Amino acid sequence: MYFLDKARDALKRKRLVAALGASMLLGAVSTVSAATLPTAQVNTTGLAITDSTVKVGILHSTTGTMAISETGSVEAEKLAIDQINAMGGILGRKIEIIQEDGASDWPTFAEKAKKLLEKDQVAAVFGCWTSASRKAVLPVFENDNGLLYYPTFYEGLEESKNVFYTGQEATQQILAGLDWASKELGAKTFYLVGSDYIWPRTSMKIARKHIENVLKGTVVGEEYYPLGSTQFGSLINKIKLKKPDLVFGAVVGGSNVAWFKQLNAAGLTFKKQPMLTISVTEDEVLGIGGENVEGLYSSMMYFQSLDLPGNKKFVDAFKTKWGADSVIGDVTESGYLGPWLWLRAVEAAKSFDVDKVVAASPGIEWEDSPHGYLKVDKNHHLWMKTRIGEWQKDGQVKIVYESDVIKPDPFPAGYQ
Amino acid sequence: MQVAMNKLFGGREGLVGLAILAALIFIIMPLTFDIFRLNLVGKYLTYAFVAIGLVLCWGYGGILSLGQGMFFGLGGYCMAMFLKLESSSPESTKIQSTPGIPDFMDWNQLTALPWFWEPFHSLSFSLVAVIAVPCIFAFIISVAMFKRRVGGVYFAIITQAIALILTILIIGQQGYTGGINGITDLRTLKGWDIRTDEAKYVLYFLNGALLIGCILVGRLIITSKLGRLLLAMRDREDRVRFSGYDVSSFKVFVFCVGAMMSAIGGAMFTLQVGFMSPSFVGIVPSIEMVIFAAVGGRMSLIGAVYGALIVNFAKTFFSESFPALWLFLMGGLFIAVVMLFPNGLAGIYTSYIKPRIDAWIQGRRGGGNLTPTVPAEPQDPVSPRTAERTPASAASRSLAAGIQSEPSRS
Amino acid sequence: MQAFAGVSLFSVFVLMALGLAIIFGQMGVINMAHGEFLTIGAYSTVMMSMLAEKFMPEFLPYYFIFAILVAFVVAFSIGYLVEFLMIRHLYRRPLDTLLATWGLSLIMQQIFRSAFGAREVSATLPDWLMGSWQPVEGVDIPLNGLFVLGLTILLSLAVFIFLFKSRWGLKVRATTQNRLMAGAVGISTPMVDRVTFALGCGIAGVAGAAFTTIASTGPTSGSLYIVDTFLVVVFGGAGSLLGTFASAFSIAQAQSVMEFFMSGSMAKVLTLLAVIIILMIRPEGLFSVKVRK
Repeated sequence: MYFLDKARDALKRKRLVAALGASMLLGAVSTVSAATLPTAQVNTTGLAITDSTVKVGILHSTTGTMAISETGSVEAEKLAIDQINAMGGILGRKIEIIQEDGASDWPTFAEKAKKLLEKDQVAAVFGCWTSASRKAVLPVFENDNGLLYYPTFYEGLEESKNVFYTGQEATQQILAGLDWASKELGAKTFYLVGSDYIWPRTSMKIARKHIENVLKGTVVGEEYYPLGSTQFGSLINKIKLKKPDLVFGAVVGGSNVAWFKQLNAAGLTFKKQPMLTISVTEDEVLGIGGENVEGLYSSMMYFQSLDLPGNKKFVDAFKTKWGADSVIGDVTESGYLGPWLWLRAVEAAKSFDVDKVVAASPGIEWEDSPHGYLKVDKNHHLWMKTRIGEWQKDGQVKIVYESDVIKPDPFPAGYQ
Repeated sequence: MQVAMNKLFGGREGLVGLAILAALIFIIMPLTFDIFRLNLVGKYLTYAFVAIGLVLCWGYGGILSLGQGMFFGLGGYCMAMFLKLESSSPESTKIQSTPGIPDFMDWNQLTALPWFWEPFHSLSFSLVAVIAVPCIFAFIISVAMFKRRVGGVYFAIITQAIALILTILIIGQQGYTGGINGITDLRTLKGWDIRTDEAKYVLYFLNGALLIGCILVGRLIITSKLGRLLLAMRDREDRVRFSGYDVSSFKVFVFCVGAMMSAIGGAMFTLQVGFMSPSFVGIVPSIEMVIFAAVGGRMSLIGAVYGALIVNFAKTFFSESFPALWLFLMGGLFIAVVMLFPNGLAGIYTSYIKPRIDAWIQGRRGGGNLTPTVPAEPQDPVSPRTAERTPASAASRSLAAGIQSEPSRS
Repeated sequence: MQAFAGVSLFSVFVLMALGLAIIFGQMGVINMAHGEFLTIGAYSTVMMSMLAEKFMPEFLPYYFIFAILVAFVVAFSIGYLVEFLMIRHLYRRPLDTLLATWGLSLIMQQIFRSAFGAREVSATLPDWLMGSWQPVEGVDIPLNGLFVLGLTILLSLAVFIFLFKSRWGLKVRATTQNRLMAGAVGISTPMVDRVTFALGCGIAGVAGAAFTTIASTGPTSGSLYIVDTFLVVVFGGAGSLLGTFASAFSIAQAQSVMEFFMSGSMAKVLTLLAVIIILMIRPEGLFSVKVRK
């Protein structure tokens, strides 16, 4: 089986050659040759950089329970790096990837992060997925002054000099969605459902404050189920009893599938019982099945079906590299942003030094990213739009709402 | 004096084994590895504490606990709570809405430190708690179980369920425990920065010393009369009971010792790695810790340390180079150890390597001229030679009997 | 309606535990890879659904029945093989079986991951399994829940008939009660062991197939069930099938009623705690077989 994987990789590499051609079109970013910028000048802190190469790390789980979710991010990050290399690399240097497996285990993440920073001296790391893994590596990055691009939408309440958050923080994702539901669906009563860990709990806390203080609605129920639960019969009955205007959900992982299948089977179709979730992307729908989520709303910054020129190029390149039947979710796309934002920052700073890259990052803008305009804020999060998508039977969404560009606010006043 | 020496070190041979291990930990490893690798070794050695505890409980006492991660975790959490409180001084947390409490509490709208966190401001209390909390917990579990004569497989399954409960509780009560993220970003111990290289060296050596200490304690237990009783109990529990011994209190004792050792390992883990998370409490790590003991040899205290080191080195190496292969290898290791080498590395040593060494030594001494020390050896209860004969065959036969007789007691 | 939530959970528990009750209860083998046999069943069903979709779409409404049979056969054969290669060497060492089968479960998980990918997959359900049945206005009984319940009843009946009415069952019970004596009267006890173990695995496979109607399948899905499954069997009293039913029923009802009044996490914790406390008071479980040894 292992060798089968290898063979598949080799095939993918062949496809890559085709992809490189396509990615040349993306050459909006200027490249500077190595000759004009000697290594001693762009690298004063002893990173693994030569005149022709620069090493970066990719740190995700490729084994264990989280492998399901993190595979997409790895693929997107590799795609972005290949494209950058095809354009001549970064400051004239080709990017070399050192990939490490976090094995869905937080201490392993910390161990591997340490290895990447202290042994391999990588210039930047793209990786981590769960909040727990990020929290585990955070002291390592701060201590060794590393640079991490973190791709997942997350609960906020964090701002580190050494981390750039390319996904949405909670308020960006939640508030716009709730406002829309209150306005368009006339929702007054809300039922909050989540998996039992930090991200859903913090998100629901923000949602509750917003519902009660801003929307003047009521929360009629708030429920958490252990990660991996597959039995939601009682919860569904409670929802039926309370008849909320909107169910606001953040159920993750394998539980998701059981949750939607059972909702559907219990006769709670999304027409009868509108539901907005912040945890369902194209990746999840692949497992849940489009017919089970038809009519469900998701609040995200990115959907695969976004009709934007930047997205079309991205989706084409991704499918050429990783297969025509691959799907791209929000987190996958955030992973793709990391290397590109790093490239822009490095070129702006004309240096790989972490301090200079960090200093050059705020204010970087990208007009035609796959999800449109974005800008790096000085709090290291991104300005971006939030979209509400309605799921269709084919596993893609119809965009029903698009917000203005929202300023990231990881420490939202009044929501803590 | 000679007797005491034999008891503590297991005779000349035991002393040599211990000396080799000590040399490996204190001299060879620090000289060959840089601080990054050495810190990793230190982390692996913290698992060895659990493995030593398991040798006592499982190899000698016949009690297989699939929940040792609980005690490792509890010890680690007690240490982490102290360190977290120290790093959450009002100055360093002034951006929070309630300064002076750990950051995750603030995110969960707690406005005051929960009562059970209060005593962890004191280092001495925390150090006592590291040992006492898991010990009390183990005491409650084991008294409840062993007094009711729950044993063998039932005990294994129930400890597993308790580990599951504890994980769900820690994850669910995130305002009090840090939830799934655990307690992270630990910085100083009484003002001493534990993240510097120097601190890592100090902690590594402290860890090694504690580990050797635990091995000695283990030696003391198994060479004492209690050790013999444990073996007897493991092989024929009923006979020991009928001889008038209170079997359950021995079991409770050895289980609590195992828990305490795991807890020390957990606390050292927190200090060296800088955080603690519920991922050590659950079922999977608990079972992995059993395999450390099994690989080393379930009857060998020193073997347990090598088991923990080798399995973890292999894990790091293989997950770096062949991530997909690692689970096959780990699974294969479980099966191979059980089916082919029930006595683990220690068993391989006694049946293949030791005879050659003995022959070589004898050859050098001028053939057949037995010195008095040699015949004394087999009488020594810790001698691996006795160990080799007992566990797989006799021990498990009686365990099997123990289980089948379980329902018939009512 | 809430009562049905409990009943539905009950049927899930029974399906999970039935195979293990035979393997653990009758044979005393701790099969930690039981969850992976569930997953084998689930993956076979998913494969069947993919095949049906690709090659004969007109067969799609009926494939599920067929898939259950396939799941049984696949899990049965693998169980047979595992018993032959591994378990039979370990009958005298139950705690060691536990470790060896745990290793087996790791290997099986990695095989699933390599063969089917790390992503969760699910079977396309025939239309007659989707939606709900409304006996009265406002009460929706999920059809897949009904289906699982029906399957549970059928399977339990089959197991009862097999164990208590057939010749094979007689041999199995004889071997359980007194292996030596059974051998002496001419029963081939190794063969009985092998078939019993394989049968337990096959039942797990059927359960896995049934679970595709309510949840998804991933490489590690099986490990979610294993603790619950063992608790159900132990709580019921090993060796007693009736006990397994009783314990599945009481645990399921307790959990679903508690879930109605508190959050899912707390309900789970309290249920497990209650089970453990009762086990401490009554270590032999709810029902115990009285055998003289």
